Order: sequence, then structure tokens, then C-alpha cells
Amino acid sequence: MALYSEKVMDHFRHPRNVGTIEDADGIGEVGNAKCGDIMKIYLKIKDERVEDVKFETFGCGSAIASSSMATEMIKGKPLTEVLTLTNKAVTEALDGLPTHKLHCSVLAEQAIQAAVKDYQAKNKAVG
Amino acid sequence: MIYADNAATTQMSQKAMEAMLPCMQTVWGNPSSLYAFGQKAAEALADAREKVATCLNAADPGEIYFTSGGSEADNQAILSVAQNGAKQGKKHIISTAFEHHAVLHTLQKLAREGFEIELLPVHEKGMITPEQVVAAIRKDTALVTAMYANNEIGSILPIGEIGAVCRERGVLFHTDAVQAAGHLPLDVQRENIDLLSLSGHKFHGPKGVGVLYAKKGVPLMNLIEGGAQERGKRAGTENVPAIVGMAAALSEAVANMAADTQKLLAMRGRLIAGLAKIPHSALNGDSDRRLPGNVSFCFEGIEGESLLLLLDDRGICASSGSACTSGSLDPSHVLLAIGRPHEVAHGSLRLSLGADNTEEDVDKILAAVPEVVTYLRSISPLWKDKLNGKRPFLLPE
Repeated sequence: MALYSEKVMDHFRHPRNVGTIEDADGIGEVGNAKCGDIMKIYLKIKDERVEDVKFETFGCGSAIASSSMATEMIKGKPLTEVLTLTNKAVTEALDGLPTHKLHCSVLAEQAIQAAVKDYQAKNKAVG
Repeated sequence: MIYADNAATTQMSQKAMEAMLPCMQTVWGNPSSLYAFGQKAAEALADAREKVATCLNAADPGEIYFTSGGSEADNQAILSVAQNGAKQGKKHIISTAFEHHAVLHTLQKLAREGFEIELLPVHEKGMITPEQVVAAIRKDTALVTAMYANNEIGSILPIGEIGAVCRERGVLFHTDAVQAAGHLPLDVQRENIDLLSLSGHKFHGPKGVGVLYAKKGVPLMNLIEGGAQERGKRAGTENVPAIVGMAAALSEAVANMAADTQKLLAMRGRLIAGLAKIPHSALNGDSDRRLPGNVSFCFEGIEGESLLLLLDDRGICASSGSACTSGSLDPSHVLLAIGRPHEVAHGSLRLSLGADNTEEDVDKILAAVPEVVTYLRSISPLWKDKLNGKRPFLLPE
């Protein structure tokens, strides 16, 4: 059996939403270089919905695949729904991850939460 | 497929397979059986023992013990000397910081049992000196165990010199020669080696079989109790086909060593020169004193597992010392021991060539690796931060 599911490999080989958003409304970065995983999520928000999302990831295959899948799952979604995204949902959407790779999906969840919170904090400051 | 992971395992040689077949088809008796049919298997075993003894220049084939592999040989060597040393009040063992886990974890077990384990630092090139060993030896030192050549970064330790200083001081010396056997000339007598471990599948022999060389007079303890096989030191019916295959593979590797080494050095040189052109990369280990087939690099800003997966997509089999490939949270202890920061150690790549690799393989690797590194850097926020000056570069351009 392969280490990763076909879906993980597909998202790893052909990651969706890779890149940056220059005038992002919210940016979330989690992980650290020492541990070998950094995820950065950029959000463009319109009418409290994710109009666009991009990511950059330094990490292993499952970290890149988790970022890609998580961005797909939140694109176009209202923020209220985005905030309910769990690592479990990301893992399930990837048809599972090896046990020692589950933290990659946790990072994806945390990066998105951080980006939304960044947006909300900025918005509050402006408002 | 380009197989560049010969330090992990090797393809079995035709000669090894041919040597094994009769042990399964016609000479399949039990070497311990009295009748002539069994004794034919015993003869095959004796022949294999002689071949291995010759390859190591052991004084007597009776100093060769067949085991299930390098790990068992390491365990038996270290635990034997430790048990015997403890009887004489010697509970100090010297080793190096970058040994294989078969050695390190055995030493950690002994540490929990009250032994004092001293791991010598291996400096940035992955090397220890005989002077370090001399300085560390005490009256209660039972054993010095130092690997012949490192499995990740390929550096070759001055084993003959270390053996000499140990012998002069009456301290037993073990070397884990798993990466060296069949690739470097070994001579247990000239190098003053008391105990040596090797593994069959690292030189085109079968898996699950290895050797412990123990110089006559070095007391061995049993890891496996039972019958009187291996002069009572390793119970269990011998794996005759594997042992015979291993001996054939080792003889072949030793016979071809000079020609293979020349070919490997040419390919290694091109790979190192080519990969060094990647900005913010660094060769791990010593540039000269290294295994002929070993190429080990760190690339800043990327993670090793992603690199391996994308190389796999391009038909290249390699390995890495990143945490994600080590199955733990920390990257390779070898890369940390030579002073690579965690972040850099995560971005490591080991290519280990065999004599079956070709210059065309080298061309393809040299085309693929820079392309994959560049791509992974392009999606890495860490790399971007370095380019923007938000984080420092850790490896020179």
C-alpha cells in the first residue's frame, strides 16, 4: 500500500490555489521552520465570504496536500462556515492521512483560522 | 527507474542468486544433521564462512558468526563486551554521535542499565580523530564502537588508526561496517578490529542476513538461546541460502571493488559538482573521505519528503533525513550531529549510487533535482521570507 491516498498525491502533485494575494484581507501563518512545516494562507473577503484564497507551504507531501484541499474547501464559503472547518474534515476529504501526518491537517485548519482572525481584527480596527 | 538508494538496500546480484538456488533445490538439508545429505549443507555453510573470512582477512573462519543482519550483529557485539566489561568493573563505553540506531539504541539501553556512554562529537565534516578516542579512554573503558563509514553522509572514519590506539591501550574495538563492507577494503587484522558487523543486502546479497566478526578470545554472549549453531553463540537453524548468497555477493563485490570504485567516483564527482550549483545548498560530510557512491546535500527552504516524492514522480529513488521521512519529529541525528540546524536538516537529500548506475542516470538526476528544488522553493513561504530578508539564509549562496 502506498504511503498516501490517490487524493493526497493528486493535491500534492497538482496543488490548487498556490500563490499569494497581494492585497489580501487576511493572512494566517502557522508552524515553524524548526519543525519542518510552515503554512501561510491568504484570503480575499467580499461580503463576509471567501472570494479568493491562496496558500504557500514549506513542508512534506501531506502538508502541501492538506493546504491545497483546505483552500478548496473554503473557497466561496461564508466566513461563519469557514470557521467551522476542522482538520478531521480536511483529512476525510483527502481520503485519510497516515497517523503521524495528521498534524498537517491540523496546521491547515489553524492557518485558515488565523487568516480569518487576522481579517476580523483588521476589520474591527478599521470599523 | 533510476535507483539511487543503494545505502538503503541493493539489488541482488546474479551470482548471489545463482549461489542460493542449489541451497533450496538440492542442498536443502539441515547443516546440523549427521547424514551425508545434511553435511552437504554444512559444507556449503563452511565454504561461505571461509569466503567471508577471506574478504575481511580474518585469521580464522571460526571468527565469523552468521546473524540475521547488521542490527543483530551490532547488538550482540556491544552487549557481549558490555556484559563482560561489567564483570571487571568496566562500565564506560565510547562511541560517536552519528552511529546507526542499531548501535545508538543499544547504547541507550546500556545507559539505562548503569553504563556510562560517551558519544564523541563528529564535527562539521562528520569525522572523529584517533586523538579524540585516546583522550576519552579511561581505566574503566570496556569498549570503543565507531562506525566504519556513515550511512547518511558517507564520511569514512580513520578505523585503522582508532583500532591501533585501542589495541595499544587494551580496549576492545567494534566497528559497524554495514556501509563499508563490499565497498571499501576491510582488513580486521591490519586495522586492529576486535568486532565488526556487516549486512548482506548492502552489497547485492540477500536481506535478513549478516555477519558478526569476533576476534578469537573476545567473549560473546547469546542474544538467542537454543541449539549449538554458530559454535553455540547464535542458536537457530542457519539460513543457508541467504548465508551462501551473501558470501557470494561479498566475494564478488570485493573482486570488483577497484573497477566499481573508479566508476562510482566519476559519477559522484559529477553529481556533487552539479548539485553544488544550486544556490544555498551544502554538501554534507567530507568531500574526499567519503563512500564512493554517497552524495548528501542540504537545500535551504524546502522539506525533504516533498523532494523525494517529486523525484519519485520523475523515476528517481532517493532518501532524505527530514523528520517526515524519519518517522519522528526531529530530522536525522546525523545531520544534527554535524551541526546542521533543524531547518536545514529537513531539506536533505541522499543519493547513494551503485555500480549499476550510469552516466545517463547522473544526467537525469542533475536535470531533475534543481528543477524540483526550484519548484518547492517557489511555493515555500520560508524561502520567500529569506529572499525578502525577513529571515536569514543559513547556507552560503
